[in-house]
Amino acid sequence: MKKLVLASLVSAALAAAAHAAPTSFDFKDPKGVNTLQFSLDSVLEPIAGTAAGVTGTVAFDPANPAATTGKIVIATKSLVVPNATMNEHLLGNNWLDAAANPEITFQLTALEGTKTAGNVTTAVATGKFTLKGVTKDIKVPVKLTFLPDSFGKRINKPEVKGDLLVLRGEFMVMRGDYGIQPGKNEDKVNPEIKITIAIVGSAPKA
Amino acid sequence: MIPAPRLLKFAGLALVGATLGFWAAKGAHLGWSQNRVPVAKTDEITGIVFTTYEERFVPGVEFLGTGLILGAVCLGIAFFLRQKKPTASNS
Repeated sequence: MKKLVLASLVSAALAAAAHAAPTSFDFKDPKGVNTLQFSLDSVLEPIAGTAAGVTGTVAFDPANPAATTGKIVIATKSLVVPNATMNEHLLGNNWLDAAANPEITFQLTALEGTKTAGNVTTAVATGKFTLKGVTKDIKVPVKLTFLPDSFGKRINKPEVKGDLLVLRGEFMVMRGDYGIQPGKNEDKVNPEIKITIAIVGSAPKA
Repeated sequence: MIPAPRLLKFAGLALVGATLGFWAAKGAHLGWSQNRVPVAKTDEITGIVFTTYEERFVPGVEFLGTGLILGAVCLGIAFFLRQKKPTASNS
């Protein structure tokens, strides 16, 4: 009898632990929707573009969002602007030097000031942002939207179980801080770069 | 045979007209030329607005400027050559 009670307690504890464990969301989107958008003011019109090479994982527990961890990676060569010549300059040695710096990353170190209402959590993500080989600590206001049991619906296979996590945020960086033409042509190309992310991570359930 | 000044004048006018017409027909874009055009789309389930690109050329102001300047240069040379042409009273 004691063994049975013990086994039940162990099973219950394991089940509780499993339930409490954060879920790992993969941000390599099967539908190719994930993009980072960037924009900087310039002569005539802003230089605006996107980067579609988003990968990375975020471990998120809707019951404990403050414990969120993760890393988002952008392939530098996936940055695209509408003008082909500008694109060459952007990825070239004088700007991002994509060949030598193939990744732009954000490593989350802490999620502070979390507030949850329904399935939406707002917080300030503190982390290490690496651009052109330079790493700096930054803070990004983020919004995390947890969409339980929406994975299958999104890929048009409702029988496939799984959750989604939508991550949204916007922040500014100074290009000079990351060695991108520091102090040069600031009258032509703004030193501030606005970066906007709206990406979704998937956590299919076996 | 068509005289050179007249030929240049027609070429200049044609270049100006063709440049303006092509630029206007492609949307009269007042920014830089685009080799691909961003198109915003929305993912239904997540509400994420994302960008895809259509591979087509949209001429911008540098295209317009180059065409108009080249046309103006042709017209200017035509005008210059016509001025230099000897008149009957001079001969």
